[in-house]
Amino acid sequence: MITKRIIPCLDVKNGRVVKGVNFMNLSDVSDPVQLAKYYSECGADELVFYDITASAEGRGLFTDVLTRTAENVFIPLTVGGAINEVSDFDRVLKCGADKVSVNSGAVRNPNLMYEAAKKYGSQCVVLSMDVKRVDGKYAVFVKGGREMTDLEAIEWAKRGQELGAGELVINSMDTDGVRGGFDTELLTKICDAVTIPVIASGGAGCAEDFVKLFNTCPTVDAGLAASIFHFGDVKINELKELLKQNNINVRI
Amino acid sequence: MTAIIDYGVGNLFSLKSSLAYIGADCVVTSDPAVIKKAPRIILPGVGAFEDAAAKLRATGLDELLKEEAKNGKYIMGICLGMQMLFEKSYEFGCHKGLGLIPGEVVPLLGAVPSELKIPQMGWNSLDIKGSKDDLYKYTENGTHVYFVHSYYAKTDSKYITATSEYGIDVTASAKNGRVMGTQYHPEKSGKHGLEILKAFTELK
Repeated sequence: MITKRIIPCLDVKNGRVVKGVNFMNLSDVSDPVQLAKYYSECGADELVFYDITASAEGRGLFTDVLTRTAENVFIPLTVGGAINEVSDFDRVLKCGADKVSVNSGAVRNPNLMYEAAKKYGSQCVVLSMDVKRVDGKYAVFVKGGREMTDLEAIEWAKRGQELGAGELVINSMDTDGVRGGFDTELLTKICDAVTIPVIASGGAGCAEDFVKLFNTCPTVDAGLAASIFHFGDVKINELKELLKQNNINVRI
Repeated sequence: MTAIIDYGVGNLFSLKSSLAYIGADCVVTSDPAVIKKAPRIILPGVGAFEDAAAKLRATGLDELLKEEAKNGKYIMGICLGMQMLFEKSYEFGCHKGLGLIPGEVVPLLGAVPSELKIPQMGWNSLDIKGSKDDLYKYTENGTHVYFVHSYYAKTDSKYITATSEYGIDVTASAKNGRVMGTQYHPEKSGKHGLEILKAFTELK
């Protein structure tokens, strides 16, 4: 049977991984290629690279890093950040990305998902959304969570699926950074509304949070996190052992 | 030498990188002369069946592949490339494949229990059939490999070399003589995927 996936997310700025990464056994902890290799060997099922560079020069460094990673790491790679046009899909796919995640770019132009799915297939199009409860509703935010939109998350998820997105990343701003666990309430509602795979993001503080995620929302396909993996609070191989002990099907 | 066929479908970067990583000689090509000379051929593919089959026909590579198969060459299809080895596909209509392995490609929708998601996207374990195929000489039964697909190959069990359970037994790999295919992506299946590619590149 298909396994639940564990996905570390790397923020890359000017070709370097940001956030205080601290691994004793890596000579250069901010080298995305070394980190990607490390995670792959620990049992990560996929990797997400998020480009937070603002400049064109940084963009070039990012694609260099992506190319070198794809030459050395043979698990699925998803790329997000600054994806606004179909040509941006082309740029990162050529460098070895398997999936491309859209966020603000899809809110500005929902047809981007349709165009990209038509050209590269739905399996390649990931709709990522930042969601926060506002006045009893689930509001979608853009620009890294700085700007609220008129979109309601569950409707937007359904629309994304209709337009050709093959997967959703649901990042709850209410639980993100709090380290109190994933937003299982929101995730359950999203999972009930769509048939495509759903990746949970935001809120993981310890390994048990993943157990709770998959037990409470059995239709969630994957758990994504950044800092708990980067800081070494949770080791992926140990996390997977714990999941297995709890009868959650994982790839060991 | 392994020839990876470039016919304008999908991303060949990872496949080429993975063969380079295991030290296997390979070339990405659409040149019939190069393909004819190579002892092994990989037919990759991502996207829609009809579009990919049309591109293969437009380049005349479909006939070349059939000829090479007849000559006893090792041919491996990956994902959509594997599906194209079969006789026909019911993806948005009914389309003719290369017919190198008997069988047809049908939707997962309706075949698997309705609570399962389509596409099947993620890691699933291999149930390797019978006496282990050469492709699996380095592979243990139960190894996880990476799948992304909405259609699967339905064929006689004698052609099936491995299945994966997704509500039903889904054809994970199939083989007819020296023509074989994997529904999963070995180039995206970590070190165990590389071992499967290594086994293919060692066939002679």
